[in-house]
Amino acid sequence: MELVLGKPNQDVFAATLLELAQHDSSILVVTSDSRGSGKLVPFGQTLPDQLIEVGIAEQNLVGVSAGLASTGKKVFAVSPACFLTTRALEQIKNDVAYSNNPVRVIGISAGVSYGALGSTHHSLHDFAALRTINNIDILAPADNYETRQAVLATMSHPRPMYLRFGKRAVYDLHTPATPFQIGKAIQLREGRDVTFIASGETVAPAVMAAERLSAVGIACRVLSMHTLKPFDVEAVKHAARETHAIITVEEHSVFGGLGEACASILMQGGYHVPFKIVGIPDEDTVTGSQAEIFNHYGISAEGLAATAQALLQVEPQS
Amino acid sequence: MDVQTLQLKSVAYRKTILEIIKQSGAGHTAGSLSCVDILNVLYNHVMNVSPENFTDPNRDRYIQSKGHSVEALYTVLADKGFYSREALATLNKYQSKFIGHPTRKVPGIEQNTGALGHGLSLAVGTALAAKKDGRSYRVYTLLGDGELAEGSSWEASMTAAHYQLDNLVVIIDRNTLQITGRTEEVNGLEPLEDKFTAFGYAVRHVDGNDITALIDIFVQVPFVPNKPNLILAHTVKGKGISFMEDTVKWHHRVPSDEEFAKAIEELNLAEVKLKAAV
Repeated sequence: MELVLGKPNQDVFAATLLELAQHDSSILVVTSDSRGSGKLVPFGQTLPDQLIEVGIAEQNLVGVSAGLASTGKKVFAVSPACFLTTRALEQIKNDVAYSNNPVRVIGISAGVSYGALGSTHHSLHDFAALRTINNIDILAPADNYETRQAVLATMSHPRPMYLRFGKRAVYDLHTPATPFQIGKAIQLREGRDVTFIASGETVAPAVMAAERLSAVGIACRVLSMHTLKPFDVEAVKHAARETHAIITVEEHSVFGGLGEACASILMQGGYHVPFKIVGIPDEDTVTGSQAEIFNHYGISAEGLAATAQALLQVEPQS
Repeated sequence: MDVQTLQLKSVAYRKTILEIIKQSGAGHTAGSLSCVDILNVLYNHVMNVSPENFTDPNRDRYIQSKGHSVEALYTVLADKGFYSREALATLNKYQSKFIGHPTRKVPGIEQNTGALGHGLSLAVGTALAAKKDGRSYRVYTLLGDGELAEGSSWEASMTAAHYQLDNLVVIIDRNTLQITGRTEEVNGLEPLEDKFTAFGYAVRHVDGNDITALIDIFVQVPFVPNKPNLILAHTVKGKGISFMEDTVKWHHRVPSDEEFAKAIEELNLAEVKLKAAV
């Protein structure tokens, strides 16, 4: 199966939002000098009254967005994930989540999208930081289809949300008939040897690893865990019961993200399966493009296949 | 509401503030006493907000950025009828909705605050929504002076001026004290008028503990069309209680039994004087 390259998810986000906003004047986009990176220039040109610019000021971006949302506006606060979820973390925590102002906080160029620009521009902490905050849902769509569905879903999901999108073109993984529901993992492949539970832009390498492994007789289940919160606990439990090993994959620190969310479910549920968290280790991140960084840390078809083969040699402890 | 009635309310509010702080064993005493006259005039004379219209999109909004002075806000909202005075007996108690900083769990509260430097951006967003929708409500927000060290307030100020939010009224509780000491000694704020003017506000000064002066200043809003309004409310921290006034240590000190009795005695005397004047 040859995967076909689609568009960058943040392009699909911007296009979907424009489509929605043309029919709903209560939709507002708030940007922090980020409309270019967010592919929102067409939005600003088409609907200038629905785009609010606050300059390079992420704290203000989120606070103003919360104020707007408190009046019933459907607000999308768009800024690079690295700045948005660090500098404005207190505003996300207090003004959005705690005050229950249903802002859609949109982290663009997320993870290591900015590659060689360095750690200032990476967001490898956002899942961990936001998972500990009550009353905000967290989504990391894998492909263009999930991105569009996630944006559409925000319209009928009036809760504080964080959605993160990358800036590189991603492979199409789904058909238009795939059911999408916030909080429900999507199974892309079925197999009983290993389950890959991946989120965001690491789902594609997991699918490619599964393809590679099937050639050597290892059958993999692949789950796109597009929602980090609320978490699909049952999907993890099923994987533990029905497959021999679990590998989690994320464009995030190995601390506090998808992997540790799964580990918590497995440990507390009493499941003993070989288990590996693949992500960005706790070190000064290697310089390179997103693809090079992924390869370096084994977030690739080859790297994940090797991890799976190594893991399957480990006998579960009785 | 006439001036004497409002003045009497301020005395009553000060008593309630001290009573609930004393009862709960915690609270921000002096800051609540410095800003309560502002809240009194806003809620009883200026703003179009009440329990009856609190879900009306056209209501005026008040966002208390200096959330720690919550006892003043809870007290005024009780008097407005959002809940009973008796309900405040649970302040800070186990499972109470009356948390030590403003929370929307309490009827009448617009936003959860407490971390400083948040209220102004919230107010800017709310005022911007009014402009977008052509609504006539105003948004009032109260900031502490020490709070102005938070850079986010200045980010929000730039946006307030950029979008010409003359429906936004920013009030600074300029009592010149913060928890450590004088604002000018901790990290100097002055010249505040020049700073706010440079950021695009129409700035006015007022005696923030003078009911008549407060009424007069709010009537003048908008001070200048298309400019956000900023009121430097010169207040006295601990106002109304002689031994608390302008004293650092009363920031969040709870009065002893003796201090409490003396404070209430002073307020009773103030009440008698006001009634005699009528």
